[in-house]
Amino acid sequence: MSSTAPRHTALDALHRSLGATMTDFAGWDMPLRYGSERDEHNAVRTRAGLFDLSHMGEITVTGPEAAQFLNYALVGDIAAVKVGRARYTMICAADGGILDDLIVYRLAEDEYMIVANASNAQNVVNELSSLGEEFEVEVRDDRDHYALIAVQGPESPGILKSLTDAGIDGLKYYAGLPGTVAGVPALIARTGYTGEDGFELFVKPEHAVELWQALTKAGEGVGLVPCGLSCRDTLRLEAGMPLYGHELSLSLTPFDAGLGRVVKFEKEGDFVGREALTEAAARAQANPPRVLVGLVAEGRRVPRAGYAVVAGGEVIGEVTSGAPSPTLGKPIAMAYVDAAHAAPGTPGVGVDIRGSHEPYEVVALPFYKRQK
Amino acid sequence: MSNPQQLRYSKEHEWLSAAADGVSTVGITEHAANALGDVVFVQLPEVGATVTAGETCGELESTKSVSDLYAPVSGEVTEVNEDVVNDPSLVNSAPFEGGWLFKVRVTDEPADLLSADEYTAFSAG
Repeated sequence: MSSTAPRHTALDALHRSLGATMTDFAGWDMPLRYGSERDEHNAVRTRAGLFDLSHMGEITVTGPEAAQFLNYALVGDIAAVKVGRARYTMICAADGGILDDLIVYRLAEDEYMIVANASNAQNVVNELSSLGEEFEVEVRDDRDHYALIAVQGPESPGILKSLTDAGIDGLKYYAGLPGTVAGVPALIARTGYTGEDGFELFVKPEHAVELWQALTKAGEGVGLVPCGLSCRDTLRLEAGMPLYGHELSLSLTPFDAGLGRVVKFEKEGDFVGREALTEAAARAQANPPRVLVGLVAEGRRVPRAGYAVVAGGEVIGEVTSGAPSPTLGKPIAMAYVDAAHAAPGTPGVGVDIRGSHEPYEVVALPFYKRQK
Repeated sequence: MSNPQQLRYSKEHEWLSAAADGVSTVGITEHAANALGDVVFVQLPEVGATVTAGETCGELESTKSVSDLYAPVSGEVTEVNEDVVNDPSLVNSAPFEGGWLFKVRVTDEPADLLSADEYTAFSAG
């Protein structure tokens, strides 16, 4: 985009009427929080939260070779995804570096919807369009054709059920089905980025306000609150979910990020990055580079992205995301640390917080796992 | 939001009470607290420490960021608010009252402290 003016979602006026503090995020003016971000976080953990995620980038791929094409362009076995199901996957460069992490929904035999991060969506559109020239497919940039509203938290199934006849009970995690919610046509997906049960509703932008208001009303009695990106970040951090630009980047392969399982070497045919990723997998096994770990503070000072992780006065890693955890009541972080210091309980690990080495405990990820 | 008339304000968004026996109370404004979001940690100067107007004397951590705390005046710290150390959310819930930060015996103050009306205009701009 040549313009520097931020883009506004279909819910912009509504956010302002709710008194949201707005923030620029990947070129979008998005709600950071409406009130206390900690209250919003806790609402999602214990009741329900409502998010505008319309900045996410939807890309539709259709055509007789859609499955074959995505198996070539992405690292996962996308052809094996059944209609109505979704898959977490990645698009990598030829050298194995991560271009973006994605969720792919198979809407029909020959139709997929890909959801990219807002910050990478244009790159992903360009990459898929270019790779798609060799296949019988159409790659469509659908960013302007969808608003995305998420309802997350233990009360979200009940809230949604009160507004739709769609079979929510039969809808598994990482599945999606078309339906009608509050009279609005929607793709109803049981996905999210919070560590809780929840739904993401893809609708036409002109229906977004109507749907938001219906969900707000339906959730009134059970404590649903509007939630901003600030609590979304602490929710995904507690759940140990990576964020592109923090835990994931072009200079890392999925194996470096501890997510080698998304790469499906066993699938048929070549795919972008196969050769480099084969080497990366072997390297990660034989001589592991830095490892992504969790850190929990013993004190109260908060580690931030970019802070050095230290042991015995030496830098042994770097914080990629850090925040005060509302659920744990302590500061937490994800960090890449040298393999020798990556085991949970490794003694003597600290974070350099503006010159002072504060003690931290190395823990396995995630920090939080919901009780099913 | 309204800024109490009896206080004076710094351009770093601290407030300062009128001196009683030479001692003034310092806190951050509601405008600053709202901009920070939920405050989760405050580091305050120690009792007996000397602070200098315009220089940092502590820090405030919120979910998204860490911010320096600036001394609005120079002087000796006579008391810090232990309640706010134990419960930093007081900065958000009562920035002008229970969320005060420290007390200082003022030795010198800058000429550019703002009145409530001046600060209201400043922080809106």
